[in-house]
Amino acid sequence: MSETRSETLVEFDDVLTRYEPVIGLETHVELGTESKMFCGCATTFGAEPNTQTCPVCLGLPGSLPVANAAAVESTIRIGLALGCRIASWSRFARKNYFYPDIPKGFQTSQYDEPLCTAGHLDVEVDGETYRVEIERVHLEEDTGKNLHVGGATGRIHGADHSLVDFNRAGIPLVEIVTRPVAGAGAKAPEVARAYVTELREIIQALGASDVRMEQGSLRCDVNTSLAPIGSLEWGTRTETKNVNSLRSVERSVRYEMRRQAAVLDAGGRVVQETRHFHEDTGSTSSGRSKEEATDYRYFPEPDLVPLAPDAEWIEKLAAGLPELPAARRRRLQEEWGLSATELTWLVNAGALGLVEQTVAAGATPADARKWWLGELARRANDAGVELADLAVTPAQVAELTALVAEGTINDKLARQALDGVLAGEGDPRAVVEARGLAVMGESDELVAAVEAAIAGAPDVVEKVRGGKVQALGALVGAVMKTTRGQADAATVRRMLEERVR
Amino acid sequence: MSDLTALTAVELQAALSAGETSAVEVTRAHLDRIAAEDGALGAYLFVDDDAALARAAEIDASGAAGTGLAGIPVALKDVFVTEGVPTTSGSRILEGWRPPYSATVATRLQEAGTVLLGKTNMDEFAMGSSTENSAYRPTRNPWDHDRIPGGSSGGSSAAVAGRLAPLALGTDTGGSIRQPAAVTGLVGHKPTYGSVSRYGLIAFSSSLDQAGPMARTVMDAALLHEAIGGHDPRDSTSIDAPVPTVVEAARRGATGDLAGLRVGVVRELGGEGAREGYEQGVLDRFAEAVALLEAAGAEVREVTCPSFGLALPAYYLIAPSEASSNLARFEGMRFGIRVGDDGSRDVDEVMALTREQGFGPEVKRRIILGTYALSAGYYDAYYGQAQKVRTLITRDFTAAFDGGVDVLVSPTSPTVAWSIGARVDDPLAMYAADLCTLPASLAGVPAISVPCGLSDGLPVGLQVMAPALADDRCYRVAAAVEAAQGAPLTDRLAERAA
Repeated sequence: MSETRSETLVEFDDVLTRYEPVIGLETHVELGTESKMFCGCATTFGAEPNTQTCPVCLGLPGSLPVANAAAVESTIRIGLALGCRIASWSRFARKNYFYPDIPKGFQTSQYDEPLCTAGHLDVEVDGETYRVEIERVHLEEDTGKNLHVGGATGRIHGADHSLVDFNRAGIPLVEIVTRPVAGAGAKAPEVARAYVTELREIIQALGASDVRMEQGSLRCDVNTSLAPIGSLEWGTRTETKNVNSLRSVERSVRYEMRRQAAVLDAGGRVVQETRHFHEDTGSTSSGRSKEEATDYRYFPEPDLVPLAPDAEWIEKLAAGLPELPAARRRRLQEEWGLSATELTWLVNAGALGLVEQTVAAGATPADARKWWLGELARRANDAGVELADLAVTPAQVAELTALVAEGTINDKLARQALDGVLAGEGDPRAVVEARGLAVMGESDELVAAVEAAIAGAPDVVEKVRGGKVQALGALVGAVMKTTRGQADAATVRRMLEERVR
Repeated sequence: MSDLTALTAVELQAALSAGETSAVEVTRAHLDRIAAEDGALGAYLFVDDDAALARAAEIDASGAAGTGLAGIPVALKDVFVTEGVPTTSGSRILEGWRPPYSATVATRLQEAGTVLLGKTNMDEFAMGSSTENSAYRPTRNPWDHDRIPGGSSGGSSAAVAGRLAPLALGTDTGGSIRQPAAVTGLVGHKPTYGSVSRYGLIAFSSSLDQAGPMARTVMDAALLHEAIGGHDPRDSTSIDAPVPTVVEAARRGATGDLAGLRVGVVRELGGEGAREGYEQGVLDRFAEAVALLEAAGAEVREVTCPSFGLALPAYYLIAPSEASSNLARFEGMRFGIRVGDDGSRDVDEVMALTREQGFGPEVKRRIILGTYALSAGYYDAYYGQAQKVRTLITRDFTAAFDGGVDVLVSPTSPTVAWSIGARVDDPLAMYAADLCTLPASLAGVPAISVPCGLSDGLPVGLQVMAPALADDRCYRVAAAVEAAQGAPLTDRLAERAA
């Protein structure tokens, strides 16, 4: 059932005149535990293939799993942060299917008795709040990774042979499944993105995972369907995989809406299938059809005992949750006196935490915001990196603002000091010293520069003396130029005034 | 010493600690007997003389021989994973595999100073009651070479009964220790589920599998039991409780005094109205054994366990279901044989071919049965229903034990050892061999089989079942039965041979 290469697409705005989109998200998060889900192997990313394995995660005959208590705890904390009900009795189940990357011939997962159910996550898009209902949060193990060797694309087709790396096999994986989200209309793609963004921040705040989409520690399957407006029944959904960035989440929904609308407009039916997202083109292509999906023959895992988290423990975990992103945003907005729009800018720029840390290091909120959204955002943009990846720490930014505030440097010199910091020359104060960037005091050099300016522009001096005070600006500029910006403009102005009058 | 292979583990222990023999001598005597007899018997799949003798020499040098089980040879059913030692689980699919790790029980025996003689034959993946399902060769019953040694631990039963080892470990999923023990005249105990580690035991049915001892006397079995039992953090289903004091219980039982013990005879297992399929000789020996218990002072009454009759169908849904999943890892990718990987086939075809050629017919039958029982739409009717029956059977046990009996007794097997080949084409007849042993398996309670005489010259076993973690009661009653008979039943086999 594979489609032609160039799909017919309907204009996005046009889709919404006839169809209502429904989305759903299944998010997999690799927990950042020291050891794997059912054995003691390390979970370090990027290690040599098959160096983090043992009889258990290789599925050798006779080996048995033991559940990682830290992973269970993380899952419960994620559930609590999403307002879920935590099960007092929960079981693992075997999901049976054959694939070379699952060593036991089944994945140990959870089926009808998950750890957490019935939660929700509120997300905001353009000032509007959308409630995403969470159906379940469950715990399972990751699979190994197939490496296809010899083909041009690194994919299975055309490869000479395949290798399996089991380092990833058995890493604890939390799956968070939403209920279908309807009613978002044109905002559906953005709601999908906002949901994953918010979920990612929550998990980050919990310290449960490093949630790096590009490394696969957060992976997202995006379900999309369309129903004719006014229809009581939902349409057939597709499940898009390989959605590896927040931007792709939004793009994949947008693309599927446009593609499915074209199929429906032409009188066709949407095939229930897995689709593959392509980052380069922003399109999806058909994967395996779900209609011929395997029967996983789930049954309770007899090698593991049921999980029975007691109420007292759950209460303790709930009490120990950190401040969650939404509450934190509300608090910071209030503390810093920001408008909703200003807050959104900060959040969208990925600067909230950086500003908060900069303020914590002594900067005023206004200064911190100005630096991160201004100069630093420009630098990040020029370098094509995220703000957080710039080679400057919030503490260094705070130090820059302090140097400006105390008059040691001015804004222009501060930018030069930042150059030094980014070049790895050390902290701002050290750079200022090493590069000799400090603002000039009333030194002989400055006096000489001021007097030279006066001597060099007698006509301007006449104008000032004649009452055109604003003409003084030209003299200030001249002095700043000779001092290469290192003088303090206010000081220069005062010195000029004293001499011209 | 005259014939070291005729001695029990207790006798070997005494001889070793008295310095009358050495671990090397004891080991060599057994290896010699294996060399002489096993060609005909077929008890072992793997024996490494040099390794065994080197190990024995090491124990002798350490001066530990004679303390506990140090210096005493043991045989392990080939279902236990042993580091560097071929482990096949009786299957072609694992041919040539040398595991990189050892089962917890194997490690415990190693730490106890035992000498591993070799790995014993078994029905493939422990599926069977005759050891005829071994992919390698059949094993014969030392009492009559034309008959089966029971199964699935038939290599272990033949080895110990034939004096090719003083002690052996077996595993019991639905009777695989008790039935082979019964038909070869041995003591075999299935411990409480969770009281002996399953780590490194190649799984057949995870919720039923238990490792346990097989020996010629109750005390020998008790010594082996205490060496392997106890909590193992690598097995999540392992119970964190002290090992029942079974050696002490065997000693106490050997006094022959069972005064005050309340014994329930299960009506559904060979009692009035439930004798179909039971041989008269078995029923006679059983009745005599019960009389023996009464003579020893026990208070005997009949007990009814109405759900026991459902054990067979429930078992043959649960065990194959779990097996269908447990055996999925045998696909030729990481260990064992790989078939058809010649560059012309994709991975699914290679996996299918490997399984097609690697598994025998009984294993395939059970995988298909279990796959079906777990399928969407059938799960509730089969697997779900079987689990409910399992609960009912457990309740029958609870009712009996709460209702005033300390142990339950029955024949271990409805028949004596049958002729090789007699049931290979009739799986249902084969499955019926487990009739008496299945209830204790499904309920996870301990059960022992102890010899209670011969029928037509072939051994008959008495089964004693006790509440969970009361394994000591099994040993106490078994020791009393053994004491009342004067000498171990296998002595008669030795006399016959001489």
